[in-house]
Amino acid sequence: MRYLPLSDTDRSEMLHAVGASSIDDLFADVPKAARLDGLVEGLPLHASELAVERHMGALSKKNMAAGDVPFFLGCGAYRHHVPASVDHIIQRGEFLTSYTPYQPEIAQGTLQMLFEFQTQVARLFGCDIANASMYDGSTACWEAILMAGRITRREKAILSSGLHPHYVSVCTTMAKFTGDRLETRVPSLSAEMDAEKVIAAIDDQTSAVVVQYPDILGRITDLAPIAEVAHAKGALLIAVVTEPVALGLIKSPGEMGADIVVGEGQSIGVGLQFGGPYVGLFACNEKFVRQMPGRLAGETVDAEGKRGFVLTLSTREQHIRREKATSNICTSSVLCALAFTAHLTLLGEKGLRQLASLNHARACAVADRLAAIPGVSVANGAFFNEFTVKLPVEARPAVHAMVEKGLLGGVSLGRLYPDAPELANGLVIAVTETVTDEDIGALEAALKEVCL
Amino acid sequence: MTVNPSGWRPSAPANEQGETQTVSGNRALMLEEPLLFEIGSTEQTGVDLADTKVSGGRLGGLERNRDIGLPGLSEPEMVRHYTRLSRQNYAIDLGLFPLGSCTMKHNPRLNEKVARMPGFADVHPLQPQETVQGALQVINELAFWLLELTGMYGVAMSPKAGAHGELCGLLCIRAALEARGDVRAVVLVPESAHGTNPATAAFAGYKVESIPANKAGRVDLDALKSRLAPDVAAVMITNPNTCGLFEPEMIAISEAVHEAGAFVYCDGANFNAIVGKVRPGDLGIDAMHINLHKTFSTPHGGGGPGSGPVVLSEALAPFGPLPFVAKMPDPGSRSGAGASSYKLVEEENAGEEHHARSFGRMTAFHGQMGMFTRALTYILSHGADGLRQVAEDAVLNANYVLRSLEDVLDAPFAKSGPCMHEAIFSDKGFAEGLSTIDLAKALIDEGFHPMTMYFPLVVHGAMLVEPTETESKAALDQFIASMRVIAERAKAGDESLKAAPVHAPRRRLDETLAARKPVLVYREPEQAQAAE
Repeated sequence: MRYLPLSDTDRSEMLHAVGASSIDDLFADVPKAARLDGLVEGLPLHASELAVERHMGALSKKNMAAGDVPFFLGCGAYRHHVPASVDHIIQRGEFLTSYTPYQPEIAQGTLQMLFEFQTQVARLFGCDIANASMYDGSTACWEAILMAGRITRREKAILSSGLHPHYVSVCTTMAKFTGDRLETRVPSLSAEMDAEKVIAAIDDQTSAVVVQYPDILGRITDLAPIAEVAHAKGALLIAVVTEPVALGLIKSPGEMGADIVVGEGQSIGVGLQFGGPYVGLFACNEKFVRQMPGRLAGETVDAEGKRGFVLTLSTREQHIRREKATSNICTSSVLCALAFTAHLTLLGEKGLRQLASLNHARACAVADRLAAIPGVSVANGAFFNEFTVKLPVEARPAVHAMVEKGLLGGVSLGRLYPDAPELANGLVIAVTETVTDEDIGALEAALKEVCL
Repeated sequence: MTVNPSGWRPSAPANEQGETQTVSGNRALMLEEPLLFEIGSTEQTGVDLADTKVSGGRLGGLERNRDIGLPGLSEPEMVRHYTRLSRQNYAIDLGLFPLGSCTMKHNPRLNEKVARMPGFADVHPLQPQETVQGALQVINELAFWLLELTGMYGVAMSPKAGAHGELCGLLCIRAALEARGDVRAVVLVPESAHGTNPATAAFAGYKVESIPANKAGRVDLDALKSRLAPDVAAVMITNPNTCGLFEPEMIAISEAVHEAGAFVYCDGANFNAIVGKVRPGDLGIDAMHINLHKTFSTPHGGGGPGSGPVVLSEALAPFGPLPFVAKMPDPGSRSGAGASSYKLVEEENAGEEHHARSFGRMTAFHGQMGMFTRALTYILSHGADGLRQVAEDAVLNANYVLRSLEDVLDAPFAKSGPCMHEAIFSDKGFAEGLSTIDLAKALIDEGFHPMTMYFPLVVHGAMLVEPTETESKAALDQFIASMRVIAERAKAGDESLKAAPVHAPRRRLDETLAARKPVLVYREPEQAQAAE
């Protein structure tokens, strides 16, 4: 077995050294009734690298890879070009095969990288500080609601209708167990967002208002009026960003008064990966730091006075506080955070702005072309690189019909909101820099056909 | 805006030990690296994108009108920046990494290659299901292996890491109890448990009570039995436990818990010791998470991403989270094997798939696909025979370390018999003023990553050593030789241990300062000064 260095000679020497006559002596504590005398039945035996690669390769080919077809899916996961050097960096063994940096003297690479990541996330979101990442955007969103509850000592959160329905689902699942009250809404297929309804719902029981920016239909709205009312009533504004590239072009939520900004970092550096692993981003106002979940890297000095970094404020965390911890999170998503930070470092402010402008300009062009198809209209007023079209037919079968033509043409609202027939004709279309002119032509032609 | 035009800013003051100083602060291959914010500029970029004119008419009047402050680097600078940083990290690729409870085994590179195949890496989670049949099959094949290896009934694949898996298991238990109208308030956790156990139980809305260990480092069965009552929802047990010992009375524990109407949650962090040797289902366990990043070799990546599928008993499986993958028989097909199709069961079709009682969704999409492909690749490489050998070699290596050191280091449970995959020692017998941390830091100078320190809490100054099966005998012998010498120095009161490490990129870091005056983001010198 190629991953096991012990030889049979080693094994017998070592058994002798530990005073065991056979390996089974070392498993003596296992109750006889539960001990397996031989191999688990019905399972294949070990296989060569070639054989395994062949099997996995065959499974890989049974999927339609986004890069092989015209591709327009978004809704919480975006396909951007990731420079080759990013993947090279995350495959450095010193990053890939290291552990949570509990021994900072020999983990400065990870710690400094996380400190840089925290700074980038905080600046991008317009907040004072950020943590070293969460599992993904949806779990970060729920953790933000819990955090707002701890800060305000209130239990009711208002989720705007534009929040990703899977994020809503995660929050409602968790709230069932914690007793938090969540007010949720289904969006309407129009340019009209529900800022006014959300504002009207804020009362002195409200811990937080959760608003996605840009929202699930790709719409964007000014968060400042919501922040103002929330703050006046003693509630917090949580902003959720699932496409951080947008912030190269539009104002950050922090700038508009959001107290906690969480997001999904997948679109920078990480790739689609069928839903995971992704990287949850979590930033907030400095005064809330002790209520924050997750790992934090902080600056300090070593015994010689040299600058160095450590994991800090761990008295919030499970390994110290146990049942009184701010969260049970232990693992975060450090390697994905590295991909994010390396990609964002390559972009820099200039590259991010260029990338965001390119995305927006292409999305505008596609929106105009699709709006010209008879029966098709664009629901959004404002958008970044993703918008929703209203088709004259149900969008879900239309998506399947486009697959038949070799095209991944968007996400149907029927898939996301199976219980809302009024949304069935909505199709969410994301346009990034990876979309070519030919792809756009193919989408236009396919939509014309399925809308007939 | 330029963040820091002056560029490199040395942070190394003169060394007092008379070492030859260099102008740069570097020492040959030990290279200092400034922060990105000290070398980059917001005008620099490492990508070639054209300027695109944006009219702004469709941005709702929300165009950004302030700078963000994100410095960029060209590609060569970026590669050098992170490569230099990487060299300040210890890693499995460099040497023995005996962190107890963490299972730092070799990460096979075939796993990385497979995870990057376009059919896995470049697939969107919301693609129509007919376009992702291969990906769903991967989830299904991995689920099959996990069920066979654990002897359990169902598996929830979506949890993102071990602690997320614990939460999943406890939520299944809570949902099952509530479904039978039985509200219970307490979860019992052994004193020796990993901190995530009590934190998770609290997160799931339970009151946590601890159960004591007996002198042999195991759960005190009598104490447990006397606490079991109708208010107890579950007992969370780690087996093999965090002292590296198998719970010999596990079956009796499960029976007692079930008799009291409660469920047994097992923390599967230490599954590596028993994979292919014992099936947790045969021990009466109702739910157990499996850390794919431990037992099944997906990389730890400096602290994640992990993956924590949860295997469930028949009583709990109906309550597992959405979405999950179901294998659909295809009666219309005549092509035989491989003709079945796979279906993702989500909110809309949960009812018709007899999963109406699912407690809901735990994460936006279907879990850590990139970890599933790696874990399945690993499992197929080993097969049933290789996985059993993994457990045997892991246990043999740990016992070899235990017996090679028990004469120089206090080993509190060594007399009670063999350990499983990790060996535990204490700092009893060290000279006054020296403790576990001093030995650990001296190991760094010897070129090893230290073991887990001061955990579990039930052993004073605990040192938990988990070598894993991917270490050769020669590597273990080297480690043992270093450990023996350092242990002797600690017992003899060698004060120089307190200065260790001296050869690492940094000396001991001031963690108190970091916590007292938290600096969590970079601020430009003038900004930082203004803030003070």
